[in-house]
Amino acid sequence: MTDTTAGAPPREGLFARLMAGTTGPVIVVCLAIIALWYVGAFFLNAPFAREMLARADEAYTFSDLLQRTMNEERPVLPSPHQVAREIYETTILKKPTSNRSLIFHSWVTLSSTLLGFVMGTVLGIILAVAIVHSRTLSRSLMPWVIASQTIPILAIAPMIIVVLASIGLTGLFPKSIISTYLSFFPVTVGMVKGLRAPDPIHLDLMRTYSASQAQVFWKLRWPSSMPYLFASMKVAIAIALVGAIVGELPTGAVAGLGARLLTGSYYGQTVQIWSALIAAAVIAATLVTIVGIANRAVLARMGQSE
Amino acid sequence: MQDHSPTTDRDTSPGAAVIAVDKLSLTFQTADSPVHALDDINLNVERGEFISFIGPSGCGKTTLLRVIADLEQPTGGSITVNGMSPHEARVERAYGYVFQAPALYPWRTIAKNVGLPLEIMGYSAADRAERVARTLALVNLSGFEQKFPWQLSGGMQQRASIARALAFDADLLLMDEPFGALDEIVRDHLNEQLLELWAKTHKTVIFVTHSIPEAVFLSTRIVVMSPRPGRIYDVIESDLPRERTLDIRETPEFLAIAHRVREGLRAGHSYDD
Repeated sequence: MTDTTAGAPPREGLFARLMAGTTGPVIVVCLAIIALWYVGAFFLNAPFAREMLARADEAYTFSDLLQRTMNEERPVLPSPHQVAREIYETTILKKPTSNRSLIFHSWVTLSSTLLGFVMGTVLGIILAVAIVHSRTLSRSLMPWVIASQTIPILAIAPMIIVVLASIGLTGLFPKSIISTYLSFFPVTVGMVKGLRAPDPIHLDLMRTYSASQAQVFWKLRWPSSMPYLFASMKVAIAIALVGAIVGELPTGAVAGLGARLLTGSYYGQTVQIWSALIAAAVIAATLVTIVGIANRAVLARMGQSE
Repeated sequence: MQDHSPTTDRDTSPGAAVIAVDKLSLTFQTADSPVHALDDINLNVERGEFISFIGPSGCGKTTLLRVIADLEQPTGGSITVNGMSPHEARVERAYGYVFQAPALYPWRTIAKNVGLPLEIMGYSAADRAERVARTLALVNLSGFEQKFPWQLSGGMQQRASIARALAFDADLLLMDEPFGALDEIVRDHLNEQLLELWAKTHKTVIFVTHSIPEAVFLSTRIVVMSPRPGRIYDVIESDLPRERTLDIRETPEFLAIAHRVREGLRAGHSYDD
């Protein structure tokens, strides 16, 4: 904000400054979502609440109804404060090592997400390098890469888990394989584009030096693909998390956010489901932000800003 | 790498042929009909010359330069660079090439951009630092080592790209309309600096341009080309003294050469439309 607001009352100045950055708009959007959520919770829980109140055979007021919709034990849509309380109880009040702790379950999912993401990124880059450097591979490999993503992950996940379990691999690794399966794809597609991004004139320059293919790769193709790599890693890390959660579903896993969702739905614990979903969303947002920060740091080192 | 200046043991006396082109032709096969980019080109370039290729767009002047640089393959005739095939010459790093655009790598500082060919050719770090400092001083860019390309003006970027082409001491400098995208004031200034540089370094320069004053001001010999098919229409020897300032452009001698170039362009062009 410029000097024009200097004469305005300080509160207005603060608000204007808040709205000028990203903080203000983000807060406004969050408040709007929470408000909508409350409205939704009321309308979705109201039929059941009305029925219950009617059964009690007493006259009830609107505020009785409102009260009830906000505090159902097994609501269709739990209200935000119920989810907040659940999250508070399962993070702050429980030891992180307890299997009732959301932090414990989040860590289980996060570790397989990160392992899967790293493996997926490495695999994605290797495939992209192969595709860019070989005409044959670019024709033969790319259709398979695309076909791999047309198979519903829910269908293939149990098979991966079962096959790997039969050769003695259980626990973290099979789950992260599913994350890998999902996350290599955006990295491959992004890096094929990124490694082919250099201007023809930049490639000609390398030719005039009669540079080797390895030199062209490390001094030209790799650095010019950085923006593409980070853009695809942002997508990859988010779907790696999805992969890890999906990988927990078919195994009857006892730990992880996926297991939390599964037990929640067995017992109709919608509050638990929603708090696990919120935890997943927070983890995803944090991971994407970290990739974004790494992106900015790398580009700043390369003398570029986004 | 043992020998970084492959031309040291070769004939460096003035007058030795650096480039010999004989009945060269190049035809691009396109979908509808073949395009005769170059046809029956004969040319000898001697050591220490400053040669300009001038002509309208489509006359093949850039293509000819790219053939010399082994960036395009001719379809007929023969060509040697330093007595070798263009391919061998490229592998021996016989020339420095300056493109129409500066083509600096945006993620490298100016010093690192100028050092790029040295890294590729395996010079030691100390040697690199010394050569980068020397060539940047040559193009008056000392003090800008740590800047990134976007922090420099267009003219400065093009000077950095010239420094990069000079850094590994190739005797031959190929320049493809290097100042074409710059405004006239900057261009005049760089033309003067390029002449100084040429006098200092005794390189052989082949310079592609579509500006008559630029060609006449810089060159010892001007090759006038005509389009469709790309042919050499006229080769004009310049009798201007080697030491020149921008004032020379007002002299009758200069104007006479410029007139002959213009006549050549017009005649070579006339059947075109």
